[in-house]
Amino acid sequence: MSRHVVAPVSEFPPGTRRCVVLEGRRIALFNVGGRYFGLLDRCPHQGGPLSEGVLTGLVEAGAPGDYSFSRPGEILRCPWHGWEFDLATGESRFDPRRHRTRAFRVSAKPAEELRAETVPVRVEEDYVVVET
Amino acid sequence: MTALPPGAIDCDLHPAPPSVSALLPYLEPHWADAAGHRGLHELETIAWPPNAPLSCRPDWRDGAARPGSDPARLIGDAVDGFGTRYAILNCLYGAPMLYSEDMAAGFARALNDWLRAEWLDRDPRLRASILVPSHAPELAAEEIERAAADRRFVQVLLPVMGETPPGRRVNWPIYAAAERLGLPVAFHAGSAYRHPPTPVGWPSYLAEDYAAQATAFQAALTSLIAEGVFQNFPELTVVFAESGVAWLPAHLWRLTKYWRGLRMEIPWVDRSPEEIVRERVRFTIQPFDAPEEPDAVARLLDHLGSDDMLLFATDYPHWQFDGMGALPEGLPETLVQRIAVDNPLRTYPRLGEGEP
Amino acid sequence: MTTEVLERPSGESAAEAALRIADCDIHPSPKLLEREIYPFLEKRWQRHMERYGARPRQPFLNGPAYPKGQPDAARRDAYPPAGGRPGSDLAFMREQHLDPNNVGFGVLNPLKSGQGLQNLDFADAYCRAINDWQIAFWTREEPRLKASIVIPYEDAAASVREIERCAGEEDYVQVFMLNRTAEPMGQRRYWPIYDAAAAAGLPLAVHAFGFGGAPITGSGWPSYYIEDMTGHAQSSQAVLTSMIFEGVFDRLPGLRMVLIESGFAWLPALCWRLDRVWMRMRDELHRCTRRPSEIVREQVFLTTQPMEEPGRPRQLVECIDWIGWDRLLFATDYPHWDFDQPDRVLPSWVDVEKRRAFFTDNALRVYGRQMP
Repeated sequence: MSRHVVAPVSEFPPGTRRCVVLEGRRIALFNVGGRYFGLLDRCPHQGGPLSEGVLTGLVEAGAPGDYSFSRPGEILRCPWHGWEFDLATGESRFDPRRHRTRAFRVSAKPAEELRAETVPVRVEEDYVVVET
Repeated sequence: MTALPPGAIDCDLHPAPPSVSALLPYLEPHWADAAGHRGLHELETIAWPPNAPLSCRPDWRDGAARPGSDPARLIGDAVDGFGTRYAILNCLYGAPMLYSEDMAAGFARALNDWLRAEWLDRDPRLRASILVPSHAPELAAEEIERAAADRRFVQVLLPVMGETPPGRRVNWPIYAAAERLGLPVAFHAGSAYRHPPTPVGWPSYLAEDYAAQATAFQAALTSLIAEGVFQNFPELTVVFAESGVAWLPAHLWRLTKYWRGLRMEIPWVDRSPEEIVRERVRFTIQPFDAPEEPDAVARLLDHLGSDDMLLFATDYPHWQFDGMGALPEGLPETLVQRIAVDNPLRTYPRLGEGEP
Repeated sequence: MTTEVLERPSGESAAEAALRIADCDIHPSPKLLEREIYPFLEKRWQRHMERYGARPRQPFLNGPAYPKGQPDAARRDAYPPAGGRPGSDLAFMREQHLDPNNVGFGVLNPLKSGQGLQNLDFADAYCRAINDWQIAFWTREEPRLKASIVIPYEDAAASVREIERCAGEEDYVQVFMLNRTAEPMGQRRYWPIYDAAAAAGLPLAVHAFGFGGAPITGSGWPSYYIEDMTGHAQSSQAVLTSMIFEGVFDRLPGLRMVLIESGFAWLPALCWRLDRVWMRMRDELHRCTRRPSEIVREQVFLTTQPMEEPGRPRQLVECIDWIGWDRLLFATDYPHWDFDQPDRVLPSWVDVEKRRAFFTDNALRVYGRQMP
């Protein structure tokens, strides 16, 4: 596992997203209400750029007409064919086991923890870190 | 010729719709009187003109008689002829085409009673489907309850093109009654002609109308799945009769593809349409609509992806095949056994009860 | 129950990378009606548009009664950075689609035109404007793109006039209709259109959607967008059945028909069924003198998108084997959401000859063009 510092927390506020290239892979990063998520920026279906997808919630129904809406902002729909992915796991909604994109751990770390990294960091800031 | 195994079950045969005068003894007094004083014409659908080639195989014709009108002929040609253990009669009578809900219900009741007395009582191998006023679901459910008391009625019969797409909730009382009684619901080729039978308007030819039945089944399947009928009625089995079969794989590829991207619109559909259909929908095998090449048939069966979905049927007296060739050439023997015996027995629980 | 993981090829082969492809279904939009369409529309029809709107045979002034899965039915990444609707910015279309996907020949199919409007005079005027707009704003600017002659097909006489007005301009490559017409398309009210297309040597293109007014299933209107979308394949089957059985292809053996945006996997089963029905009731189908499958093999083509997706891609290839590799014209449907990405639609083991036919040569042959 390697860790990649992508930005100071202050530059990656809630409600924003960005794309980074790490080890040759494009990764889509999201800050949803202070929680960070990362997905490979490539839909396993036809390669659509997930970073351009809309963030929505989970629509379910125990019975026809009985809609429920939960987890707002945590489901990503591919900008092309609308496949839904769980931001936390990369699993597709329609077939979580067989159709998924890779999810990456993304978190905020204090600068002290990152001293060993090659990226220069300022002690007074926390940083968003992606683990690959 | 692919031979039938012993105990084969024919899941789609057509006794000719009765004339009004034949039905009179079975009509309630009000309807019998109305039939007379209003000069009711025969309820014969434009879908099956008796003299059209498709309506009856030449060697099954009996002079000027309506195809399938003589029980002895049907039993001789089809039941004895193919050596079937049971034969399920689907009488394509025009009651559901009447606009009046009450009149449709009255004529459906009479038809079912007529079937029982004039057909089922003739031969212990005969079984039948319950005709219902499909556009009046509450009345239809009542008739299902009433007719199902005779266990020789083994399923509910609906035209594939009714007044509303079949999955719509307004139709659910029919499915609730069928599920409660352990009866499959069969959609048969045909229309109540509430709407043009093609999605682009009224066609010119009977041939076009018949070709359009396959597309109507595609739309019906989409509707049943999208509306969540299979989720809401977990014990219900659906039979597509005289639907054609070859269209199914391509339709499911398309529907499943769209479901993956539009699942959120119909979130109760929590499994792939392909899975739902393989588990819950059955198809009678005439017409099959495959080319007469064993290789193409084998591929098509591979594309269907299940051995459980097909039901043997002759579609008597309709002219789908000649001689004894009711099964496509080149089917493996184990599959023939399933199509002819195992699948029908699983689809129709009442057939396993033996003689009532 | 058997399913497999969708095995899609991961990257493109060298041969494919070098292949300049034809995209036979690209949807352009005007940035602003006032700026791009009104210059070609008479004043009275501009006023009509402002006062009464387009009014096709559907409930809403703007947008369908089956709301789309995403805005404008578009890829969410297809909104031009400079603003405007997807498909409205040529520079961005080049940057996002034509260049990276190596499109050497692209056919424009405008969907918002006068087609299907209730007022036939307005339909006629609006179609003419859309035709002029395609040349002025698109094909003159970008030689890779070709235009479609959109016609007010519920008025055959006006349609013929428009085909004759446009046919001399070589940037038009086809006559364009939508498949949900007021009556099945083979019926004689539409025949003058086919005569004119055949006389002009132009293929007749029939795209999914439309506003015929008939319920889109034989049981009435279904509830959901997914039913509408799945239903395009049924509409195309009905259209093709009608064209064949009414004898349109027998009257016009030189006519070529291109069915657009309904997929294609349904075609073999339809042909098998039509052949059987035709054999059985030939005496009723007196105008149809050839076996339906033979007509299809000679005069009918289909664009590929949205490609059906069986769990096993091999099965789709078997289906194309049944259809014939010379019948399909690749299309992306850019900028719409059910776009097909060219390097992901065929398994990598399909040979170069077939890929070339599928992606390029069939289209150039049907449209009688070279790569510009």
